[in-house]
Amino acid sequence: MKDIITLKDIAVSFDGETILDGLNLSIRDGEFVTLLGPSGCGKTTTLRIIAGFVTPDRGDVFFGDQRVNNVPAHKRHVNTIFQRYALFPHMNVFENVAFGMRVQKKGKDEIKKTVEEMLALVNLKGYEKRHVSTLSGGQQQRVAIARALANKPTVLLLDEPLAALDLKLRKEMQVELKNIQKSLGITFIYVTHDQEEALTMSDTVVVMDHGRIQQIGTPMDIYNEPQNAFVADFIGESNIFDGVMREDRVVEYFGKIIPCVDSGFAKDELVDVVIRPEDVELVAPEKGQLCGTVTSLIFKGVHYEMNVEACGFSWLVHSTKMEPVGTEVGICVDPENIQIMRKQEAVCHDE
Amino acid sequence: MTNKKNTLLAGPYLIWAVGFIVLPLFMIVYYAFTDKQNRFTFDNIVAAVSDPANLKALGMTLLLAALATAICLVLAYPLALCLTKLRLKRKNSIIFLFILPMWMNFMLQMVAINVIVEDNGVLNSLLTALGLPTVHIANTFGAILLGMVYDYFPFMLLPIFNNVSCLDKDLINASHDLGANGISTFFKVTLPLTLPGVVSGITMVFMPAISDFAIAEMLGGGKIMLIGNVVEQSFNKGQYHQGSGLALLLMVFVLVSSFITDKDGEGEGGTLLP
Repeated sequence: MKDIITLKDIAVSFDGETILDGLNLSIRDGEFVTLLGPSGCGKTTTLRIIAGFVTPDRGDVFFGDQRVNNVPAHKRHVNTIFQRYALFPHMNVFENVAFGMRVQKKGKDEIKKTVEEMLALVNLKGYEKRHVSTLSGGQQQRVAIARALANKPTVLLLDEPLAALDLKLRKEMQVELKNIQKSLGITFIYVTHDQEEALTMSDTVVVMDHGRIQQIGTPMDIYNEPQNAFVADFIGESNIFDGVMREDRVVEYFGKIIPCVDSGFAKDELVDVVIRPEDVELVAPEKGQLCGTVTSLIFKGVHYEMNVEACGFSWLVHSTKMEPVGTEVGICVDPENIQIMRKQEAVCHDE
Repeated sequence: MTNKKNTLLAGPYLIWAVGFIVLPLFMIVYYAFTDKQNRFTFDNIVAAVSDPANLKALGMTLLLAALATAICLVLAYPLALCLTKLRLKRKNSIIFLFILPMWMNFMLQMVAINVIVEDNGVLNSLLTALGLPTVHIANTFGAILLGMVYDYFPFMLLPIFNNVSCLDKDLINASHDLGANGISTFFKVTLPLTLPGVVSGITMVFMPAISDFAIAEMLGGGKIMLIGNVVEQSFNKGQYHQGSGLALLLMVFVLVSSFITDKDGEGEGGTLLP
């Protein structure tokens, strides 16, 4: 598969505040790519640079082999679904969807046919004459999707499209969007701050923070092999604390020597240790690597969420077995479930 | 309970409205349809529409008001578009600049304009100093037009500016995104969505302009008669019945134009009708 969009060394700042700083990103044709990160990490700005609404201060944008820095938004073959839909309030559903084709002076019959096709695709058949203000949030979202797809874009840009919908509708739309992407075979670039959404829908997840890419990978890579503490913390929940690599496959934390599977660190290198809450096993106090006391217990449906105070650190533990508050427990972690990460460069946390 | 309380709160204004709006209106209607012996008659109305001098004044009034409204619109709309693109701080100071003349008494503004455009006023002295031919503006149609535009411009700018600055920037982005260039985005998105502000601005300028007589008197030098001047003179001469007939006619015009603009604006953006 060839790269359909390439961003090279992009930098942007607004009012002296750096938004993007040396961003490099390649997107392959037909991929579902998610830009994931906390608000203010530059993900929406990245999308707007691709759409042509923001001109980068430095760096190049390529569509295929063509440099498009100076191509205005209306000449780019990408379409955007805006966070608040941005439907034209003075037009009905039909006219909204037909807008792009009207601008391109397409024939009447073709417009009618395409609009019907698109509305059928998003399950809004028969809504042509409805005024957009009479539609629910979910229906407006569908009109926005139909309007963007009616232009037959090669790349669809989605800016937190489901953020305004309730949980149930969001889950339904996630499945629908994924199906639309598969059946049309076009590239989706999807911006979200919801890590679960990113993991469910994407082929590739790009985790961003402070205008820099922290990690690019498949959802599985990102979850199982986070490259740094930020990614580990942002994707799912994690216990993150300091450790020291005593030698290959041996780490020391809270004064205990613990076996792990990582190697390639300098001797006595200071590292971040990351352990997922579901990987912490609670055992009898004498059998554990560390000892602690349960300080809180919350029933979460599928599992219990507990906090265990051990060696001055509050461990987050997910388990299907309940330990009442105040119980003395031992903490055990399988060597394979201990992630060792190099300390991040200071620049990543610079404000 | 709350309804009763609310009605009570409106009480002071109700007394005001009855005394200074409703009663005078009734008196105008009464005078318009009676003669000096207090007998019912249509003569005042017939006289108002059949006198060629009145019709000429009415035509002149409509022409002036329409021109003033058009000039205000042409000046205000592009300015409003420009202003929304500015940063907030600068935006507010420029808006302030346009509102500032409203702080000064309206009569004083007219006197000042007269000083500028007089035959040997500021403007002509400047032109002479530059070696250019002088212009004759004072006491002409042009002077009245200038006064109207100067006086009513903020009333056109503000509703349009409010409307334009409330426009979601993403709607413009969406239009570009779907392939529309700057010109078609303007005609397909920006203009239709700011029409309520435009209609509101037109109403705010056109309505006072057609009933104006002070600007015409102060800048026209009494040479150009507007319908407002005719009404004023009738009352000054004690011809209450004729004056009321004319005033009623003028009100019908205001009402009709209100209906027209209200229909276009679909009631958004504040026209004179509820």
